[in-house]
Amino acid sequence: MRPVLDALAAAWRHPQGRVGALILLIVAVAAIVGPWLLPDPLSQPDILAGSMPPGLGHPFGTDQLNRDILSRVVTGARISLGVALLAVALSMTLGAAVGLVSGYLGGVVDAALMRLVDGALAIPRLFILLLVLAVWERVPVLALILLIGATGWFATSRIVRAEVLRLREEAYVRAAEALGARRRRIIFRHLLPNVVGPLLVTATLAVGDVILLEAGLSFLGLGIQPPLPSWGGMILDSKEVLVSAPWAGIFPGLAIVITVLSANLFGDALRDAVDPRGA
Amino acid sequence: MSGWVLRRALQAAVTFLVALAILFVLMRAAPGDPLLRLGGDRPISPKEIAVLRARYGLDQPVGRQLTAFVQGLVHGDLGVSIEYGRPVTALLTERLPATLLLGGSVLLLNFTVGLWLGVRQAVRRGRREDRWLTTLSLAGYAMPSFWLGLVLAWLVGIHWRLLPAAGMQDPLLSSDAGWGVRAVDVLSHLVLPVLTLSVVSIAATMRHQRSAMLEVLRLPYILTARAKGLPERDITWRHAWRNALFPVITLFGLWLPILVTGSVFVEAVFAWPGLGSLAAGAVGNRDYPLLMGTSLLVAALVVASGFATDIAYALLDPRVRLA
Amino acid sequence: MSRVLEVRDLRVSFPGPDHRRFYPVDGVTFSLERGKTMALVGESGSGKSLTSLALLQLVPSPGRVETGSVIRMGETDVLALRGEALRRIRGRRVGMIFQDPMTSLNPVFTVGDQIVEGILAHFKMPRAAARERALQLLQEVGIPDPSTRLKAYPHQLSGGMRQRVMIAIALSAEPEILVADEPTTALDVTVQAQILEVLDRLQESRGMAVLLITHDLGIVAGRADRVAVMYAGQIVEEAPTARLFANPSHPYTQGLFASVPRIKGPLRRLNPIGGSIPAPTAWPSGCRFRPRCPKAFDKSELEPPLLTVEPDHQMRCWLAEEPNKNRG
Repeated sequence: MRPVLDALAAAWRHPQGRVGALILLIVAVAAIVGPWLLPDPLSQPDILAGSMPPGLGHPFGTDQLNRDILSRVVTGARISLGVALLAVALSMTLGAAVGLVSGYLGGVVDAALMRLVDGALAIPRLFILLLVLAVWERVPVLALILLIGATGWFATSRIVRAEVLRLREEAYVRAAEALGARRRRIIFRHLLPNVVGPLLVTATLAVGDVILLEAGLSFLGLGIQPPLPSWGGMILDSKEVLVSAPWAGIFPGLAIVITVLSANLFGDALRDAVDPRGA
Repeated sequence: MSGWVLRRALQAAVTFLVALAILFVLMRAAPGDPLLRLGGDRPISPKEIAVLRARYGLDQPVGRQLTAFVQGLVHGDLGVSIEYGRPVTALLTERLPATLLLGGSVLLLNFTVGLWLGVRQAVRRGRREDRWLTTLSLAGYAMPSFWLGLVLAWLVGIHWRLLPAAGMQDPLLSSDAGWGVRAVDVLSHLVLPVLTLSVVSIAATMRHQRSAMLEVLRLPYILTARAKGLPERDITWRHAWRNALFPVITLFGLWLPILVTGSVFVEAVFAWPGLGSLAAGAVGNRDYPLLMGTSLLVAALVVASGFATDIAYALLDPRVRLA
Repeated sequence: MSRVLEVRDLRVSFPGPDHRRFYPVDGVTFSLERGKTMALVGESGSGKSLTSLALLQLVPSPGRVETGSVIRMGETDVLALRGEALRRIRGRRVGMIFQDPMTSLNPVFTVGDQIVEGILAHFKMPRAAARERALQLLQEVGIPDPSTRLKAYPHQLSGGMRQRVMIAIALSAEPEILVADEPTTALDVTVQAQILEVLDRLQESRGMAVLLITHDLGIVAGRADRVAVMYAGQIVEEAPTARLFANPSHPYTQGLFASVPRIKGPLRRLNPIGGSIPAPTAWPSGCRFRPRCPKAFDKSELEPPLLTVEPDHQMRCWLAEEPNKNRG
């Protein structure tokens, strides 16, 4: 736990890291609290009223079904962030597990696993998801999270494995082996705590990637299904009214940019804290 | 060196085969029946389904399907598109050039503007220009390509009416228009999609080139070069950059999947008739054979480009070449 | 006289903690003469490498040479030079050899290329002529089969050969001053002697002034004409070599001599100097050697200037005024 807290504190002291962390906090708070304070985004769509530009009652305007965009963006935040955090948690767990086992055990297991990872990395993640989702009628959110999580561990396992290979040669690991410690103990007690640092960095940057991925899937109609608002879905809807109501697409997109940017800023600051080489 | 090339080629082949296997498993394991999608709004009778099943070979045992699949692959037969009713291979061949044009232009921009900016940043590290470019690149990296595409399409194409925002050619262009006119037409349609994809990719290229340069500029042989009295320009571009190029080249191999993913969205937004929009359309139509074929082609491209960058690396680094 | 380099009150500063600057080189004065070798002796942390880098304004940022420092090469005020004028003296007036030839040579260019570019940076001539010169230089530094070696890459050469290449590069623009910063430290012992011999030969044939920077007293004897001992950013003793070896007067110098293990003679315990080198961010007050000096006395609390021990022999120690305290 200690190294994690240290890294977080160091990232906080970093000027850009702090900005990123603050914005993320604001987004998170808005996502949690916002929907209670704002009009219900699932409220009756009123196709007759049509879209309205940003104004007094609607700071972000309304979409073609006269739904308030601000409240939809905020509710969308809840969903996008929720999906991202859960999917990333799954990816990190899988990636760490495979990386630790592969790196420490070596031999045939390592070779087979890494060949698998190489092959999987050759197929862009989007295509894997397209293939699986294309045959689904309406994807339940849980399934979406599991799928995104299950496709995101490949690169992480490589990173973790590289760390393990490095750590395996360290004196304290050799000492533990010489003392006859069981493999499981070495993995959990000696290797895992040292892997947490890079893992945290990867996780933070992965959150940004997943938000973009989920938005893309929703834009293609495969991700979060209506009437649940999602940032990507909102951008898809806005395509129809691009000429008449451009704000319908601009604001959800800005929300994505700001959130992903903050995640990346914070992730970069974490990376500097965990591994200060290079700038 | 040739032994090394051979080993790499073998690795690439194995990687592709594993990707192939994964794709096949996905195809079989995906829930839902692709055939049920076929009918669209029209209900399909069980008899029609049986006929189609036989046509697409889905009534055979899995082993037989895999063999048929691989056999078809070897003969260049990727099945028939459900939506277009034409061989997938033909469709892919038709749409590949447009994507190559788009992707090629983006790569060109990346390897000129992207690298140049990255080097500039490293040399002027810490100054205002560097910090601005860093912020811009971080912002660019955070943008969804489809959103940026729509914003640009609206701003430049519709609001300012400066450039076309859809398609590759003007459908109203007369059929006896000269070669030069056609080229300009295509180029004007190329600008916005290329710009959209470039913003995101250049952002990343710039950052990686910058950090690679910073690492190299710290090294002792740079001091030697300076002590020799070489002009600063030579030190930056001849001594430092030649060595800072390596990490960026290896990055290119990893970059291709991201570029391909981006092109799916960008081509969809701008109706650019390439592989990306083909895949996006296939998704909407649940056109499984087409989706599979496209994924396979993409995987092959990724593996091939990874192999090519390995070779390029070896050619440029005498330590590897002459080992 | 034939003084080619004059350094006076050289101070190099770096930004330190809490916004103050510290001075790893703090008031160094010496000069070089044609055909003579000056050895700058000190341990790591003494500031000797930074001193040599300052000569060509190569101090890495955020370090800088402080105003008040003077570096003159003949008529030229080096510290006033900028841009193209500065580039022109680098390599041409002063050639530098660095410690580790493996990392000091660019791995992606051939040895020949790296020498040729050194020549072409300062002399206008066709490439072929430059290559001829490079060939001659390789011969001069004693590399066998030079025409093949020209096309070799650094990683294909042994350590000793690489260092000879470094020397050839340093000489490529025919400088009058050669600065060798620990030229043999990264090499095997047998090779060290060879490299030093090359340097000797070259100095004689070209009449260069040589600044030899080292921590090893052994290579100084019989090779340098003068020796300056550096400690904590300052020169603490300076004399012609013979005189310094005969009469080391500063307690630090004495400690250095005493700590050299001897192979001949009766077995004795190793005699290191107690304590450790002070960090440049916190030079001790008064005489900087005081915390480690076995002969420190009350006056050591005052920072001593350079005082005369005997003609042409100075040291930065109050004991110069009280020689009876400096016995043994």
